[in-house]
Order: sequence, then C-alpha cells, then structure tokens
Amino acid sequence: MNNDAIKDLLYRMADDALIIGHRNSEWTGIGPMLEEDLAFSSMSQDKIGHAQALYNILYTSFGEKNPDMLAFQRAEKDFRSCQLVELPIGEYDFSLVRHFLFDHAEALRYGLLEASSFAPLAGLARKVRGEIRYHVMHADTFFKQLSTGNEVAKARMQSALNYALPYALGIFEPSAYEEALIADGVFAGEARLQELWLEKITPIVAAAGLQMPAIDAAKAIYGGRKGYHSEYLQPLLAEMTEVTSIDPAAEW
Amino acid sequence: MSLDPRINRLDLKRVNDGEQTASHLITWEVFHQDKRGKQPVHAGIVHASTPEQALMFAKEQYARRGKTANLWVVKTADVYTFNSEDEAIFETTPEKTFRDPAFYKVRERIEAFQSKNKL
Repeated sequence: MNNDAIKDLLYRMADDALIIGHRNSEWTGIGPMLEEDLAFSSMSQDKIGHAQALYNILYTSFGEKNPDMLAFQRAEKDFRSCQLVELPIGEYDFSLVRHFLFDHAEALRYGLLEASSFAPLAGLARKVRGEIRYHVMHADTFFKQLSTGNEVAKARMQSALNYALPYALGIFEPSAYEEALIADGVFAGEARLQELWLEKITPIVAAAGLQMPAIDAAKAIYGGRKGYHSEYLQPLLAEMTEVTSIDPAAEW
Repeated sequence: MSLDPRINRLDLKRVNDGEQTASHLITWEVFHQDKRGKQPVHAGIVHASTPEQALMFAKEQYARRGKTANLWVVKTADVYTFNSEDEAIFETTPEKTFRDPAFYKVRERIEAFQSKNKL
C-alpha cells in the first residue's frame, strides 16, 4: 500500500473534522434555542473526537506526531482541510447549510471506507457510523424545516446554498494520490464520492423546495487540500492554539 | 395562554401575553427506553416545532449518557390529565389496603421465603 496516499487521506479527513468541529462549537451558548444549542455543540464535540481518532491513526500507524501536536502545532499551510470548513459561522442559515453539505459528504465517505483495505480506517468508519447517522438526520430535519418555512426563511436558505455550494465542491478536490488509493482498495476516490454526494443531496434539496445550483466544476473552490486557505483559517488556528502556544506541554 | 397545559393549569397572572408566546415552540413529552422491550419512562420535555425536530433534540437532551434503545415524543397538548381539583378522587386510595397483596395471608409465606433466601 502507498503510505503517502493514506496519510494524505487521513490528514484531509482529520483536518476537516477538527476545523468544522471548532467552527460549529462557536455556536455554543449562542444557539437559536437551548435544545439546538445542546445538539449542535454535541455534534461539534463528535467532530473533534473524529479528528482525534484520525490523528491517532497517523500517530500509531505512521509515526506522525501525537494527536495534540498534529492539531495544535502545525502551520496553516500544512492543514489539508477544504475551505468550506474554515468559513466563519455567519448566520444560522449558512451554518446549517454547511452542516448539511459537509455531513452528507462525510457520511458517504465513511460509508465507502467501511470496506477499506486499510483496516484502522475501516474500523473507525464502522465505529462512527451511528454518530454520523444522527448528524445527517439532524441536518436533513433542519434543512427541510427552514427551507419550507416562510418566504424569508426559504430565500435565506437558498442564498446560503448558492454561496456554500462552490466551497462544498472543494471537499472533493482531487489529490495526487487518487489512483493509488483506488488501486490499493483504500478509498473509492473523490470523484466517486462527489457523484454519490450529488445523487444523495439533489433530491433532498428538491424536496425542500430549493433550487439546486448548477454544478460547474470550474467554479469549485479548490486549494485547501494543497494548503492554500482563505483569510479565515489563520485566525481560527491562532485562537484554537492560544493555550499551547503559551505552554506546548500544557495539560487540561 | 401557554402552549403547555400544565402552565395553564397553574392559572398564573398573565404577564406580557401576546406576541411573545406566539413565537414559542410547543413542548413535547419525551419518553426514554433503555432496552428493547422495556417500557419507555418519562424523561422530561423539549421545545420543538415538529415531531422530527423533537426527536433530534430529545436524543441530545435525554439520551446523551448511558444506554438507549429508543425515544418517544408526544405532543404535550395531546396528553389528557385530570384537573388538579380532581385530586380528591384519589384521596382514600391509600386506605384500601385490601387491594395491596400484603393484605393477604400469603404475605406471611412471602416473608418466610424472603427471610430464608435473604432477599
């Protein structure tokens, strides 16, 4: 098996989970209502947990640094997360649409990975299946409910979707290792994942009465997977690493 | 007028009634089942606008620790109860010890069995 290919896949997934987990946790305490505040916070915690599990595979299977160091002591350019996850939380419509677009891709990705030839990832995929199933249910419930609310709600959901979609296509930015991953039976590849994702979300968007924006590969916002990020990632990392940058060995 | 009948029964003095209550979400009673086949036990309430949303919230509020097999949600407004002044209908029930299995002679045998088996 091609170790560099697997490591790249693990970094992409782990960094996505860490950054979206951090972003979504920014809603803690200011969510639209108590119950939703709790649900959204719990899902953010789950994402951070997924990131930790993935960093841990990098640590134990490939001798990379330990999970805390991978999360808190890497430069912005070393992050392989897509740009979708680093965007500010904005209003709740955007955060929900991002949650909907990202979590469907994540659920399908882990679904494919259950059959991975790389055992640690296949094991993790089976372990997180239930958690991610809930994340997707939550996303679908809210997506449908807000989109079928009044005209204002519908318009806001539509514009959030139009804005987020090119970024969401960036989730599937191909890496240099697509062929190796597919040949080794590690992962079916980003192109296949994007296909499954579109098949999955298109009818949900239609059922919610929204217009699916045209899928134009030329408009996909790529770069994140190669370490090119928007202006929003560095401030997030600065905040997230505030403690470790004072005391790298701090325990809490 | 609250959407929660239990609040209405309290007959509280109305403060700021009107627009604020109209924007409140309704409440749902949540029942938690820890094992398949066991009876769901009332756990509390959540605020939500649809049953699906109520389930989403109930999961994080009442099934965040320990084991869970399933959850039920029921619209609070669909729960029928006696009025509080009807509580009198239950008043003499505790006196009806003849309805208690302990009232009968078998009680002695149960006690003998329990003490023998240290239950």
